[in-house]
Amino acid sequence: MSKVITPPVSQMKASRGGTLYRGREGMWSWVLHRITGVAIFFFLLVHILDTALVRAYNAVISSYKNPIMGLGELGLVGAIMFHALNGLRIILIDFWSKGVKYQRVMFWVVVGVWVVLFAGFAPRHLINVFSEVGH
Amino acid sequence: MSTVAAPRTPARPARPARRGINWEKWGWMYMRISGVVLVVLIFGHLFVNLMIGHGVKAIDFAFVAGKLANPFWQVWDTLMLWLALIHGANGMRTITNDYVSSVAWGRVLRGAIAFAAIALIVLGTLVIYTFDPCPNVPADQISLLPSFCRA
Ligand code: HEM
Ligand code: HEM
Repeated sequence: MSKVITPPVSQMKASRGGTLYRGREGMWSWVLHRITGVAIFFFLLVHILDTALVRAYNAVISSYKNPIMGLGELGLVGAIMFHALNGLRIILIDFWSKGVKYQRVMFWVVVGVWVVLFAGFAPRHLINVFSEVGH
Repeated sequence: MSTVAAPRTPARPARPARRGINWEKWGWMYMRISGVVLVVLIFGHLFVNLMIGHGVKAIDFAFVAGKLANPFWQVWDTLMLWLALIHGANGMRTITNDYVSSVAWGRVLRGAIAFAAIALIVLGTLVIYTFDPCPNVPADQISLLPSFCRA
């Protein structure tokens, strides 16, 4: 393995700024990946319990949702979309020979695809959630 | 004037390479392999449950019962359950290793994570394979059951 040399911070500012994990896109994508990962983990614990409760009490629910849950779902779907897309970016950085070179571009691709997916999902979901109110 | 340890100084002196299975490496591989599979499983799950038909509005007892009575969705949900929980638990382990410096607390937290993951894998798997889609309900609730229960 070749030796990795990190330039002093003063030089980094003067040159391109940041390395793969320090500063800029590389670091922020990592922070977001971590936060979304933890959030999804806790959601999943509750989610499996709620699916189980439907059965345990033989509770024949007529409806799973209310507007507050609906907004929570919106946040969750946003989080999982980012985590999934950025996860693919991490995998490409690790296994694709040009991955490190394009990591910054790929971050903005992740952001772009996320915006498109979320724009496709959010309005539809909100309509479904709020057209339920008052039923 | 070196009061702060130089960056990248390992907490413990590096151990000589150990023989046997390199668990950290396979954990690392697992995060990536399960990640790729989970993209398909979770996006499929979200699409079917939130986008098709009336989305969340259509999720009720009959919807869940209908899905869990179908072997295709049983396998889908089982894979998603196991892969996601192990992936998430292993990720949480990485994070505790990063932030928890106390050996005792680290043990407690990793134990709690492992316990939660195993308990929920068992519970979730039981739910998938023992779900009764046609429970005995009062007459006024029969309309909430999947249509095949009335046949
Ligand atoms: C949708 C598909 C998913 C993909 C592609 C994906 C991808 C990844 C990858 C590649 C890593 C490793 C990062 C590293 O080693 O540096 C990771 C970490 C992690 N993932 Fe996922 N993941 C997915 C779903 C999930 C789910 C469902 C959960 C929660 C149950 C989760 C929770 C975590 C956590 C907590 C970490 C650790 C984060 C860290 O160390 O900073 N992920 N994910
Ligand atoms: C807000 C979005 C979500 C909704 C409305 C939703 C809804 C549901 C429903 C109705 C079920 C019952 C069975 C089925 O449909 O297959 C279920 C099961 C399941 N969901 Fe989700 N889900 C959501 C997000 C997620 C996410 C992000 C994950 C993964 C991290 C996930 C993982 C699972 C698993 C593993 C099961 C099987 C649980 C069991 O063992 O009984 N879901 N979900």
